[in-house]
Amino acid sequence: MAARIEVKYKEGIDSRGEVIRKKILALMKEGVITQGRVDSVEVVDAYTLNAALGGGRLAEIAETLRDPVTQDIMIGSAFRPDDVDYAIEIGFLPGVTDNVATTVRKGIEARLGSLGPDESMHSTRVLLIKGDISSTAAGQIGTAFANPLIQKIKLQRGAEFAKEGFPPYVPKVTLNDDPRESVIPIRDMPDDELKVIAKKGVIDPVNKKHRGPLALDADNAEPMRIIKEYFGGIGRDPTDVELECLAQTWSEHCKHTLFAAALDEGTSDPLPGGLFKTYIRGATEKIRAEWKRLGRDDFLLSVFSDNSGIVKFDGKWAITDKVETHNSPSILDPYGGSITGIVGVDRDAVGAGEGAMPFSHRFYFCFADPRILRALFKKKADDGTLEERMLSSRSIMDGVIEGVKDGGNKSGIPTPQGGAFFHERYSGKPLVFVGVQGLLPMEVAGKPGWEKKAEAGDLVVVIGGRVGMDGIHGATFSSESMDAGSPMGAVQIGDPITQKKLSDAICKEARDLGLYRSITDNGAGGLSCSVYEMAKECGGATINVDNVPLKYPGMRPDQILISESQERMTLAVPRDKIEQFMAVMQKHDVEATVIGEFNDSGRAVATYQGRTVLDLDMEFFHDGLPQRHLKTTWTPELYMHDSPMSDAPDDMTPLLLKMLGRLNICSKEMIFEQFDHEVQGGSVVKPMVGKGKVDSDATVTRPVLDSMKGVATTQALFPRYSEIDTYHMAACAIDTAVRNMIAVGGSLEQMSLLDNFCWCSSDEPERLGQLKRAAKACNDVSTAYLTPLISGKDSMFNTFKGFDEKGNPIKVDVLPTLMISGLGVMDDVEKCQTLDAKVAGDLVYVVGMTRDEMGGSEYYAMVGEEEEGRGKEYIGENVPKVDTDTNLKTYKAMQDAVHSGLVASCASVGLGGLAVALAKTAIGGQLGMDIDVKNMYDNGVVDDVERLDNLLFSGSQGRFVVTVDPSMQAKFEEKLKGVAFSRVGTVTEDKNFIVKYGSHDVNVFVDTDVGKMAESYKATLRGY
Amino acid sequence: MATTTSEMAKPKALILSGFGINCERETDYAFEIARARPQIVHINDVIAQKSLIRECQILVYPGGFVNGDDTGSGLACANYLRDRLLEELLRFIESDRLSIGICNGFQIMSHLGMFPVGHDRYLTGDAVQTALTFNTSARYRDLWVKLSADPASKCVWTKGIGMLDLPVRHGEGRFYADDATMQKLRESGQVVFRYVNEDGSPAKGGPANPNGSLDDVAGICDPTGRHFGLMPHPEVAIHRTQDALYTLKRELAKRGGKDVPDETGCMRLFRNAVEYFK
Repeated sequence: MAARIEVKYKEGIDSRGEVIRKKILALMKEGVITQGRVDSVEVVDAYTLNAALGGGRLAEIAETLRDPVTQDIMIGSAFRPDDVDYAIEIGFLPGVTDNVATTVRKGIEARLGSLGPDESMHSTRVLLIKGDISSTAAGQIGTAFANPLIQKIKLQRGAEFAKEGFPPYVPKVTLNDDPRESVIPIRDMPDDELKVIAKKGVIDPVNKKHRGPLALDADNAEPMRIIKEYFGGIGRDPTDVELECLAQTWSEHCKHTLFAAALDEGTSDPLPGGLFKTYIRGATEKIRAEWKRLGRDDFLLSVFSDNSGIVKFDGKWAITDKVETHNSPSILDPYGGSITGIVGVDRDAVGAGEGAMPFSHRFYFCFADPRILRALFKKKADDGTLEERMLSSRSIMDGVIEGVKDGGNKSGIPTPQGGAFFHERYSGKPLVFVGVQGLLPMEVAGKPGWEKKAEAGDLVVVIGGRVGMDGIHGATFSSESMDAGSPMGAVQIGDPITQKKLSDAICKEARDLGLYRSITDNGAGGLSCSVYEMAKECGGATINVDNVPLKYPGMRPDQILISESQERMTLAVPRDKIEQFMAVMQKHDVEATVIGEFNDSGRAVATYQGRTVLDLDMEFFHDGLPQRHLKTTWTPELYMHDSPMSDAPDDMTPLLLKMLGRLNICSKEMIFEQFDHEVQGGSVVKPMVGKGKVDSDATVTRPVLDSMKGVATTQALFPRYSEIDTYHMAACAIDTAVRNMIAVGGSLEQMSLLDNFCWCSSDEPERLGQLKRAAKACNDVSTAYLTPLISGKDSMFNTFKGFDEKGNPIKVDVLPTLMISGLGVMDDVEKCQTLDAKVAGDLVYVVGMTRDEMGGSEYYAMVGEEEEGRGKEYIGENVPKVDTDTNLKTYKAMQDAVHSGLVASCASVGLGGLAVALAKTAIGGQLGMDIDVKNMYDNGVVDDVERLDNLLFSGSQGRFVVTVDPSMQAKFEEKLKGVAFSRVGTVTEDKNFIVKYGSHDVNVFVDTDVGKMAESYKATLRGY
Repeated sequence: MATTTSEMAKPKALILSGFGINCERETDYAFEIARARPQIVHINDVIAQKSLIRECQILVYPGGFVNGDDTGSGLACANYLRDRLLEELLRFIESDRLSIGICNGFQIMSHLGMFPVGHDRYLTGDAVQTALTFNTSARYRDLWVKLSADPASKCVWTKGIGMLDLPVRHGEGRFYADDATMQKLRESGQVVFRYVNEDGSPAKGGPANPNGSLDDVAGICDPTGRHFGLMPHPEVAIHRTQDALYTLKRELAKRGGKDVPDETGCMRLFRNAVEYFK
């Protein structure tokens, strides 16, 4: 009864085919696809309607699926031109979310009424390839444009295709016939067996295989032993449901045991309270105490407790901010991983306080160079065959960008703030940071909007998407390193529209009607975490697993509770509000289901088919996992690196042009342009600024349309510095975040920070030692600037273990990476500034001290990579250090100068140093510059820098490049009294970019123009 | 606040929302500034209470990603609206009232058949004669563009407007029609906006045309000029701080001893609509 409808664009209209053809050719060049001739590619969108529809009905439905001006349809059969070389059909595997099919289904149901339980809709896409390619190439094209983890790829040769074509495609989920819980007899289990279960998971009574990691094996399976002890005490064995739910709740992902662990007890530098309490939350507490002492306003409303950090905005609104990572999912399925990342983090806004409306996204990506092909394999078979090749860096980059694009754009939330950093150490695992800011009313239904509390007697309600097998073991998986045992079920697909409806229903209606008392996200760990976490607010909860709406039958109760299917939230709804709540959800087309009740029993309970399948003491459930005790090491010899020995060239023009084109410095326009940064109308300082559209270091958004208040946001990271000292890596990230916000008009008094640690091999004492130093820097720098940390997240095992193309085992640790995100409330966005030079004749200033701090610089990396016989970066030794006393003075003075309108442009000097900041200022303004750096020496703003290349490219913190209207010169210099600054030249009309040492032309060492610089800056990622 | 007589004199703008529409708030705000009486209403509420359409003077299809653009931008939503609101919409068109579709809203209006060319059989299959399809790059783009109003345009929304700066934000905005339709569209004054170069010269399919639109067309209207659709987003380019070159314009004005006007050219579109009912 399944029938096929196909839609194809008329000749010459569909641009997708040509784009795919070009990409195939590029992949052939890269060697990913075997060489061949591709003349054309056409795309056919196909739908399988697995429902009892008569011919007339089918034709009627088909007409609703096309635009008659541009598209043709085929009903009940397929487009089968006879000159096709290969046809490739890509559909979803059973159980994978098919958003297009859902839309089709809703359209049909709206016309014909509900479909039956056995009826279904499915979408596929067919590529028709003309040319001359081998069957191997056809297969490779299939895997290049689909992901075998979630998609089914079918190939047909031209002749076969012309004769038969693809039949209707109905992927059906078949699971257990009799899904039920089982009891796991751990009380009598020997330790070694217990350890295996703790790592690999419960053994399935039916197929006798491990079900997937519990990750309860840390410290010689200590958590598992504690569980055994607990059940010994209550005199029964746990169910699989209980073990799985405990594993989720106790996972590194949820409990952050490494940040909580007591470190180095019995040494000279003990941290009994652990890193988080001492250096992160501890720093914020110190800052708040200092504010109090100074009589300053404490603008923090909720820190480190809710789904987001929450700060005051104005009398009516608060701002929520949260940054997450989605690294592990993004390597299995870059698109799915990043889209669920960004759509998922939005629920941290909607689930913050009583529900904040997301108004701005952040992103930051750490990738390996997409131009380098490096084959990595997860597995090696006994016969030496390499298996499970990891996706190429290019595919990962493309997929991740695509996912954030769809997730952000389709949600109607702008994505202005972000960037990308490239390094080979991200070839095993990319880092995908996604963040969201939300607008939360200070008052909801007469109570503070940032507080929430479920009450005993409230109903447990889940809203949004249904539960499927997607994302099972996500929380425990991301707490593990990537190896051959990584489960494929960890992949999820996001549906931004389902969530958009949910978010509208909550933030634009239910919240302000006061229809619920508490709300939280269903993220990692699924219901097992969200419901029982919320239950802490009142003291217990009982849920009936049978009531949880499922995508398909056959799921076991443990799977239902830990599934990480997306777009779901859990709420506590008072009984007298439930009717009205359900009506609001129905109007917004949001599925809502009562699955249980909150109580004050002190127990977390779940029933299934009338049996109790989970019954745990709340205290044990949440606090039963004891603090870990760990040792760290710090071995200075590991961080000694060579510096380049070559001389500086006399003409540094080529160096500058090459630097501007480096992946880490070049324009990210390719990314920014794909992300909607204007929706909601709040964009003030955009991701790219000036006529020449250069990347801004920070963005400014006005979240309330009729108010001129705004927020400056930025992000900063310096992973390469970790090779020398993680302390300075972290210090520089904070310093830069603060400086970037000052540059666009932020105020030190209203800034807060978010920390995201992405570490590697964190079970190794040396890595923990690096972590300890980074956390200490967070404490030192944030307290020096009184800029508190308000929210954070860690991802501790970003390590790939597998094989290189020769079959040698390799381990790729990411660079220990701390990303600092800045949030700065601005009283008046009209005081903002951008980095592009505005007017010819303006004076150019360098503010701040330049030191010989070339360690970990982009310049050293370039010199090393280009050195004959070396081909890899230099790290060097002089890592930039942050002088917080000096920088604080500079930042205060600059803040005042920007707010007073004394500067016409302001750039924060970052990676690439002074030369890059000057060049970006010129490119942004499409104006030239005439610079004499001798002034810097004469004015004493250079400390021991002998080489001019080092002067241009040093990474010293605390610096700005500023242009000033000559009529403002005196006022500007007056404001900067006591701060290191130097007037170095002028902005010129002629577009020439000249840098010299001393005023004579013979001393020129950079001589180029804005056009050439812009071309270098823009060309690298163009065409990606 | 009690509704005063002056409030009543303001035309009512009904702004559709729901199912992935996502520009309703800023669009609502633009109409508010223009002194209309805007009201954001969920599509399902309009269906449940059809009088809402009867009572409004301006019907607004805002931008967004309705139904995730699955099966084609705006297509599923157009079907949904046509199935449920056909008579109301026909009555709306017959009376002397206005509608506007921005970006995804333009796509919805286009699929609905709001822009008949050479006839007046609105909302029928015959009236689906123009289309908005994949950008030539097959990629979503957010960038600022310059528009020039066609002086021959009948559109009541663009009276007095010459050129505008505003952003496009779409993946499927390439305007398409067959040659005959294109010819008639031009002759009947239904081409409203074209993408132009910075100096105002025709983009001629060059970089200033961000999506490869035929004849650089960025917006069209129906034969009466009352129903208008455009791909770029005027509703986020109404205040000086939203301008992509705000800090530059501010600095240049300051040097001339002036201030940048609060309001930018795009507000004129919304004000024109309100003026129409005076």
